[in-house]
Amino acid sequence: MRLDQLSPVAANGQRAVPQDAVVRARGVVKRYGPRTVVDGLDLVIRAGECFGLLGPNGAGKTTTLRMLMGLTPPSAGSIEVLGLPVPAQAREMRRRAGVVPQFDNLDPDFTVAENLATFASYFGLKGPALKARIAELLEYAQLADRADAAIQALSGGMKRRLTLARALINDPALLVLDEPTTGLDPQARQHIWERLRRLLNQGRTLILTTHYMEEAERLCDRAAIMDHGRIVACDSPVQLIRTHIEPHVIELRARDADVFLARPHDFSGVRVEHVGETVLLYSADRERLIQAAGALPFIQRPANLEDVFLKLTGRELRE
Amino acid sequence: MERVSLLPRLSLRFVPVWRRNLRVWRKLMGPSIVGNFGEPLLYLLALGYGFGRMVGEVGGLPYMMFLASGIVVSSAMTAASFEAMYSAFTRMHMQQTWVAQLHAPLEVEDVVLGEVLWAATKALINSAAILLVAAGLGLVGGWRALWVLPVMLLVGVCFASLAMIVTALARSYDVFTYYFTLVLTPMLLLSGVFFPLQTLPPAIVAIVQLLPLAHAVELIRPLVVGAEPGNVILHLAVIAVYASAGVVISSRLVARRLRH
Repeated sequence: MRLDQLSPVAANGQRAVPQDAVVRARGVVKRYGPRTVVDGLDLVIRAGECFGLLGPNGAGKTTTLRMLMGLTPPSAGSIEVLGLPVPAQAREMRRRAGVVPQFDNLDPDFTVAENLATFASYFGLKGPALKARIAELLEYAQLADRADAAIQALSGGMKRRLTLARALINDPALLVLDEPTTGLDPQARQHIWERLRRLLNQGRTLILTTHYMEEAERLCDRAAIMDHGRIVACDSPVQLIRTHIEPHVIELRARDADVFLARPHDFSGVRVEHVGETVLLYSADRERLIQAAGALPFIQRPANLEDVFLKLTGRELRE
Repeated sequence: MERVSLLPRLSLRFVPVWRRNLRVWRKLMGPSIVGNFGEPLLYLLALGYGFGRMVGEVGGLPYMMFLASGIVVSSAMTAASFEAMYSAFTRMHMQQTWVAQLHAPLEVEDVVLGEVLWAATKALINSAAILLVAAGLGLVGGWRALWVLPVMLLVGVCFASLAMIVTALARSYDVFTYYFTLVLTPMLLLSGVFFPLQTLPPAIVAIVQLLPLAHAVELIRPLVVGAEPGNVILHLAVIAVYASAGVVISSRLVARRLRH
């Protein structure tokens, strides 16, 4: 598959998502000693979709991704990825998969282009086809003019783009990304999003974890919210919001939040959440919300995935 | 569930791991050669000329010849151990190179085998260079010395895989100093590199003969000076047992560490 080949795009611009499963996980458990990190995970991810794994730190997202790639064996349950049992045939499966790890592990002993060539050698790729592939990927990562640069000379965004390009060296059908935009500036994140979108348009399957709900809403066809090693909800972002959150939200921030909490009020028809320095008021009735806020200045916005996340995973700090 | 087997799954997939290290070495060849090959050469020249003048013949050989053949072996041990500890730990822990390799269709066994064979290759390069210098100084007794090279590769695998066990268990670089000081240096001093084994008390000789370096020296020294080594099968067997045990144990320990 070539990078510029926009295969399964329907005439209306919507991607046609085929229904065959790329990942099937049943009853997957991962224990580290007495600690259960993943606790009975059932998951079906379809070919061509972008699937998000969301959850607070320690929810089991990274462990789930590592199990899917056969990098750590599950304590119980069965996993099948790209039609192969994992971890039994994980190596064969990884021929057709790519991994973008949470922390860049580019090879500091090599230049940008050498990094791609060296990684290709692990797949047994070589020859003129590889040369063309590397040129194409450097173009894709906007690093064509930096082919001979040292890794240490790259910005954070460039390193991420190179890591992404490296994961594509074997033209994978499935790409797994662990927090692909954490630590990047807004421009660099936009660049990564645009490139991930292109991969989706080529019909590849993407599985990503993220702490940015905006990122998940933007990219993901479906998202699973994980907490304490279990999936607590799994649906399209729009459906998740519709199912779990009232249509109207207002936010009271900082001192206004304190003033609101300090005074007596009538909560009927309004759900109140207090997270950090923000008070969130949810209701089906917009008038009721504005009334509840009294004369305090507030921000009105549509319900989003972050509201779902906070509702389902609670408000306490996870570290 | 994972397939459990005693033997690591071996295949030719280690080759790209080995080649990656070779490529890096070619970039940084200068300092690497000076570091690993310069020091044993200084020992050979200083001890050989200085000390050799005083002691004359040792073990039926001029001291310089006795020492040169010993240093060919000990430099392989040092080079393999150093590479499989400091450099391998850097790739495993600091640079996460192995983690990236495991994202490709490679398994832990491929990475460990590639690293061990690479460290053995460095051992071979070092001792071959010293052998060449020794030949230039007239300390080598003929073409039979070329048999040293395949034996050196085995000796390299042996010490690399033993060092890899330490690396698999290491939390930081500090532990490598202990291994050098408490294991390798005593072995180096007592295994017949600098003086004949037979001058030591019998109890010490018995212990030293359980360790691989003494057997490597017994095998290599005659080959270098142009004589025929005795007990070849025994010596090779001891080194091979250490090498295989090292590869199996270190693979399992690295797997336990990385597949956690």
